Amino acid sequence: MKTLDSNKKYQNFVDEKSPNSPILKNCFNAFWVGGLICIIGQLIFDYCIFRGFSKDLAGSVVSISLIFISAFLTALNLFNRIGKFAGAGSLIPITGFANSIISPAMEYKSEGYVMGVGAKMFTVAGPVLVYGICSSVIVGIAYLIFNTQAILLI
Amino acid sequence: MIKTAVETVLKKSNLSAHQIDCLFSGDLLNQCISTSFGIRDFEIPFFGVFGACSTFVEGLILGSTFLDSGAGMNVITSTSSHFCSAEKQFRFPLELGNQRPPTAQWTVTGAAATVLSTFGNGPFITHITPGKIVDKGIKDANNMGAAMAPAAVSTILTHLEDTKRKPSYYDAIITGDLGYVGKEILLDLCNEDGFNLSGNYNDCGVLIFDKEEQDTHSGGSGCGCCGSVFSGYFFNKLRKKEIKKILLVATGALMNSTSSQQGESIPGIAHAVSIELDR
Repeated sequence: MKTLDSNKKYQNFVDEKSPNSPILKNCFNAFWVGGLICIIGQLIFDYCIFRGFSKDLAGSVVSISLIFISAFLTALNLFNRIGKFAGAGSLIPITGFANSIISPAMEYKSEGYVMGVGAKMFTVAGPVLVYGICSSVIVGIAYLIFNTQAILLI
Repeated sequence: MIKTAVETVLKKSNLSAHQIDCLFSGDLLNQCISTSFGIRDFEIPFFGVFGACSTFVEGLILGSTFLDSGAGMNVITSTSSHFCSAEKQFRFPLELGNQRPPTAQWTVTGAAATVLSTFGNGPFITHITPGKIVDKGIKDANNMGAAMAPAAVSTILTHLEDTKRKPSYYDAIITGDLGYVGKEILLDLCNEDGFNLSGNYNDCGVLIFDKEEQDTHSGGSGCGCCGSVFSGYFFNKLRKKEIKKILLVATGALMNSTSSQQGESIPGIAHAVSIELDR
């Protein structure tokens, strides 16, 4: 009975032999870096409120600032080093979304502005847009039907 | 890089481009464009080959067979790969802040070119073992070593059976880019069949990078991996007679980015040549 006798046997053998990602370390780093990004966002928000901005405007300023910082770091080849360390911590917040649009834009510049940058800018962020918008539509419809505070909490 | 490699090998072998009967070359990019654009100015009759990361040895096999048949006297074989273009084609934009799993490999930015001749004093290509595609159902494109190892096992065992040689016959049995994970898998699988390779076996993907310093996870991969490690390191050892017999087994994963997304597994292939100081 050899390992290569069946695909399933070989797959089990490979799973045993292949090292796993250091999940605890990755989760810990993702947690504190993600938290730090949120703290920075909150500081910007509080400062805006302090300067008399409305809540909505302050919220927009936070988004714009984090997007700008992320884009700037991406262009300086620094964001990917942060991402290697933090993983989901930098990728999940809006910083990751900005990075996922800026990095293809940089990558595909060599293919021209229209078919390169223009067409391929959303290769990574596309699913986020599609499924994010779709789920907000579904939540919106559910709210319309049920019209309760519970839906707002979602 | 291919252009530089071919220019260098022509200079080293004291030949000019018009003395070369044909050129076998390939790379990882769609339609092998780095090869075509690299060699277009040499005006050497050209055969494009694709074996993914096994292209280097595939070129050696085809080139030596071409010479053996009497069709020519001098042949160039070459290959190359580049980290950035491989990432662009197969994976993600360079600046994306994602993490790579520990089984992932790092495409080598490297190129190699050889001149094969019917005359000369060696080292000689003495035997060739072309590989058969072996697909054991591995779907994880981040674990190429595991996908290609069964093909390497199949080719090595076929070669040893064909030539009636033991693994210890060779000073070195070297695979192209199985990486740390694939290397362990190959050793175990060969042991199951009664062949102990632990004495003289290594892998170019393991040798080319410093795992800790360069953070290259499971090691190097790409056509340039086998090509550059053999041409730059093992070939020099052969010339200095530090090793006399080497079995070079380049491994390739015959997939593209679409096949993975469509849920297909990764077929592997491995080509082998034995290169010895004596005929």
